[in-house]
Amino acid sequence: MSTVAVEVVYRGIFQKTLARNIVRSIVFAARKEGKYGTAFGRYGDSPERNGIPAKQFAIVADDAEELEENLAVYEAQEVDVTINVDDTMCKGIESWAWYGLQPINALTKPGGTLIVTSRQETDALIEDIHRKDEPYNLSVLTSVPSFSGLWVYKDDHTDVRILGALAKVCPQLVSLESMVEAIQDQGWDDLKVRSAERAYERAGLRPVEPGEGNDETPFTFDLPGWTTMEEGLVIRGIEQGGGFRGAEGGYQPVRNSVFKKYSTRSMRPIVNFETCIKCTLCWLQCPDTCFDVTPDGLYDANLESCCGCGVCEAVCPVPECVTMINEAEFNDNASQYEAWQQNPEGYKQWMASLIEGEKKVERTHGFHHVGGYDEQLAAAGED
Amino acid sequence: MTTTIEDQMFMTESEELISGSEAVAIACALADVDVITAYPIRPYDTVMQYVSKLKADGAFDCDFIVAESEHSQFEIVKHASSVGARTFCGSSGVGWFYAFEAIAVTAGLRLPVVAMVGNRALDDPGAFGVEHNDAMAVRDLGWMLYWVATAQEALDMALMAWKIAEDSRAFLPFALSCDGSFLTHSQAIVNVPTQEQVRRFLPDYDRGRLQLHPDNPITVAPQVNEDWLMEIRRQSDEAMHRTPAVIKEVYEEFKQVFGRGDPSPFLEEYMTDDDPDIILMGMGTLSLPVRVAIRRMREQGKKVGFVRLKFFRPFATEEVQEALGNCKAVAVVDRDYSFGSPSFGGVLFNEVRSALYPLEKRPHVVNFIAGLGGREVRVRDVEEMVEITQKAIDTGKIDRECNWIGVRE
Ligand code: SF4
Ligand code: SF4
Repeated sequence: MSTVAVEVVYRGIFQKTLARNIVRSIVFAARKEGKYGTAFGRYGDSPERNGIPAKQFAIVADDAEELEENLAVYEAQEVDVTINVDDTMCKGIESWAWYGLQPINALTKPGGTLIVTSRQETDALIEDIHRKDEPYNLSVLTSVPSFSGLWVYKDDHTDVRILGALAKVCPQLVSLESMVEAIQDQGWDDLKVRSAERAYERAGLRPVEPGEGNDETPFTFDLPGWTTMEEGLVIRGIEQGGGFRGAEGGYQPVRNSVFKKYSTRSMRPIVNFETCIKCTLCWLQCPDTCFDVTPDGLYDANLESCCGCGVCEAVCPVPECVTMINEAEFNDNASQYEAWQQNPEGYKQWMASLIEGEKKVERTHGFHHVGGYDEQLAAAGED
Repeated sequence: MTTTIEDQMFMTESEELISGSEAVAIACALADVDVITAYPIRPYDTVMQYVSKLKADGAFDCDFIVAESEHSQFEIVKHASSVGARTFCGSSGVGWFYAFEAIAVTAGLRLPVVAMVGNRALDDPGAFGVEHNDAMAVRDLGWMLYWVATAQEALDMALMAWKIAEDSRAFLPFALSCDGSFLTHSQAIVNVPTQEQVRRFLPDYDRGRLQLHPDNPITVAPQVNEDWLMEIRRQSDEAMHRTPAVIKEVYEEFKQVFGRGDPSPFLEEYMTDDDPDIILMGMGTLSLPVRVAIRRMREQGKKVGFVRLKFFRPFATEEVQEALGNCKAVAVVDRDYSFGSPSFGGVLFNEVRSALYPLEKRPHVVNFIAGLGGREVRVRDVEEMVEITQKAIDTGKIDRECNWIGVRE
């Protein structure tokens, strides 16, 4: 008797088809070996919204009855493998389906494996990932995050590369041969088979020790009971805001303390406070009321509430005054305004290095310009 | 909201010859309802006619909105109720069904809308006559559901409906079911109380902390996942649990102020004091032919009684057990159908039978489907029901649990 559970953590809409391809292929491959399986998306995640972390699962068992045992709980309480298809979610995920911030490895069982697609160094990722009390393994698949829309699928081979790596790091699930057969069965071409085989060859494991990693305590929320909830489907409004950081001047709205949204973000705005002309547009247009107004009339994006939509960058009339940067470059949600005040020169250099480096994002949802697909495909081929 | 009342209206108690619909309209004026919505469908439309006339005559002031459909009609009162307005609305048959989305959420949001359902057969075929299936459709949703028998009762119960629904222990909508034609279009002598009496009885609607208002910023009706819904349903369940106590209180107060009413707000019992062998049970205007038939059968020495169920929701389980527990057989008359239900019986039948199940000594329960689509239930139909029920007592077994009466073969 053995059951293997795999979860795919993905960004809603942008990576839904990718996640679906992965979990379905796992079950197809298992069938090649006479095993039984199921693939499903977590219902509470739907209707999905752009970028919001979501999950799909594949459960594979030796026989139908054993599978049924595992389906008696709707969602696996622990999984053998967690697959994270966007490394920025290593910082933790907040979803429509649960409350609070869930570590990316929350369900990864002791001795299990976390596969992450990333261009970051393994150690940089471990800094982001919350620590666990039990050991597990990290396997990094070098890759840019694969984003597309719901109806278009960016076939950059991320799906099959993950399947190849999976066969290597979790041999008790299915063999590479079965994975290859499942890939061929779905009508995918030989290039994809080769991508899977190459990922299999390259996949490695980095053991992560107990206690290694991010020591932040993720924020949580306790669900009230029916006797303590407000009746009539009523939710109290939150308090109005006040001055910036409690000061007289400026303005800072009170924000929801239990639903923060920042894990939806795969890129974040950085603001050049020296070129800002205080036009108010970013503050007005931000869909999440993220901007705190400083006493001197500048706008500081509150990064606990920013979902990374990029509207502020789009509306800002000053070139490179607001710039969206790959979220992977950051390790906290600290105030940019405060950093700038403390060390204006240092802030400027830091900002310039982010904008000029490769960090100014190609991490977009879909493609910014015509031809972007071909460019990315070519880049993926070289890899 | 303030009301200017024409000098002459409702200053003194009076006797009027009015229909059940007119009685409900007068109750709207007496209760000083703030928002009334309307959309014509027979037989409910008689109420909107009387309401608009009363408003035009200056009997009371309200926002009277003729909506473009039943759905909007119920949406409007739902919202008005959430900002603290006393509301009235109504419909019939498939019109009521067209409003169903709004009707369902009104209960979910715990809004004390009072609605009159002029009971009418569901289309198709198009038919104006009474069947109870229209109003019955809300039985599981958290609406209180009352069946009226007389025009006087329509007026009295409407006044009580606001007081019960708007009690913060309940905060649940209230549907007043009135049989099409027999009640909505038949006139009877009704005692109309004074505005002053009604004011003493009926306080203003106070939505309290749940009121949607700029000074009380709240969000109403969020989207939730499975991790909230059971708690929300359990709250509605608890509110419904609290309604019998509220109903009893209000009923007693009403009797004190207006000097009329039955011993129980839930049941009306007729000739049941001597523990009759057979008790007929039904709702609404059916009581008229049944009472006449019982008097005749009593003359022939048959021990028969009648229990009229007034509140279908909340269902007064204990009162029903007490009222029916000592007879040998119960004949439940349904002016509704529930195709494919247990024993292929009516809705009321299955509810009554289930309420009696925990009793140690259970009477036979026989079902009769009668009077559908407004067909008359004649005295001899009632006699036939009693004969069939008597046979169950005599033989100790029920031949057929559900019997259609007065249907051409
Ligand atoms: S990216 Fe800009 S506009 Fe979008 S949520 Fe963040 S701060 Fe607001
Ligand atoms: S949109 Fe740009 S220039 Fe205008 S206030 Fe915001 S940061 Fe400053």
